[in-house]
Amino acid sequence: MPYRTDQHEGMFAETVTMAGDNGDNIGAYLARPLGPGPFPGVVLIHHAPGWDEWYREATRKFAHHGYVAISPNLYHRVGHGTIEDVAVMVRSAGGVPDDQVVGDVDGSIRYLRSLPYSSGKVGVMGTCSGGRHAYLCACRGKEKIDAIVDLWGGGVVMREEDLRPMRPVSPLDYTKDLSCPLLGIFGNDDRAPTAEQVDQHEAELKKFNKEYEFHRYDGAGHGFFYYDRPQAYRAEQAVDAWDKLWAFFEKHLAS
Amino acid sequence: MCTNIVVKASISGMGKGPDGWFNLREANVSYDHPFHVPLEHALNIDFVDEAAGPAARVAVELTPDSARRLVETILEALAQGEAAEAQA
Repeated sequence: MPYRTDQHEGMFAETVTMAGDNGDNIGAYLARPLGPGPFPGVVLIHHAPGWDEWYREATRKFAHHGYVAISPNLYHRVGHGTIEDVAVMVRSAGGVPDDQVVGDVDGSIRYLRSLPYSSGKVGVMGTCSGGRHAYLCACRGKEKIDAIVDLWGGGVVMREEDLRPMRPVSPLDYTKDLSCPLLGIFGNDDRAPTAEQVDQHEAELKKFNKEYEFHRYDGAGHGFFYYDRPQAYRAEQAVDAWDKLWAFFEKHLAS
Repeated sequence: MCTNIVVKASISGMGKGPDGWFNLREANVSYDHPFHVPLEHALNIDFVDEAAGPAARVAVELTPDSARRLVETILEALAQGEAAEAQA
């Protein structure tokens, strides 16, 4: 519901520690509206550049829209420093293992559902590698997910030669196990995923009769929500896609 | 996309990071998202001492053309230097 000018509004946001994959303690950023709730939850899976300011801001944006939102630090285990230095260590290691991310997101979902003001409904969203991870979690996670949003997740469709021990299976191959409705947001100028790969993904979803909606934007490429990356940001497309995202989560998480 | 393309080399030398000079142990060369140069993908080189933690890093983010010119320039300087030493 849109805020009214005479409505009280407040928010609480801080870093917390939660149990991730294998019970490991990892950091997370939590934001929630003030008030008793119940509030639906959203897990935000950060992108390859790390647990950065955009993700903190996006987490608070979800709280502003009435969600308890948590963004786990998927890079917690490599050590601490500036966000960029830590993300570079992960980049140099070739990323983080898919199974570990799924475990960390399962832990995030458990954390959200344990909160006394949780409604029990939980969605998952992510951009770039986080979009790919969101898809994996909805196919392979142990915790129930009510809806996911994949924002230009590159690598959902993987070639055999790109499989690695940390990414041993193309997420596309798990499509039959997709457990919840999916919203996909893509730029038609993106090189990963390409328009052809999005077509492939869509064909697989149709094959298994999955509930999904894809929105594909002309004049936009990879990362077109990122206002801190002027070469990628596309205001008009981003505004429209955010509206699609809010409507999707409202439909699947509000009741 | 996150390409996850990284090639690593063991190196010896010193680099100047935010806390001064430190021993370099590895050069991690990636073709992936940069943090600063306004490109979707760049040729990134991180000269690091991984054992010393995330901050022990000297970083460059290059356009692919710049990276090629750098490689050629390094090889040319090396060739000139080694030729000069051979004559000495």
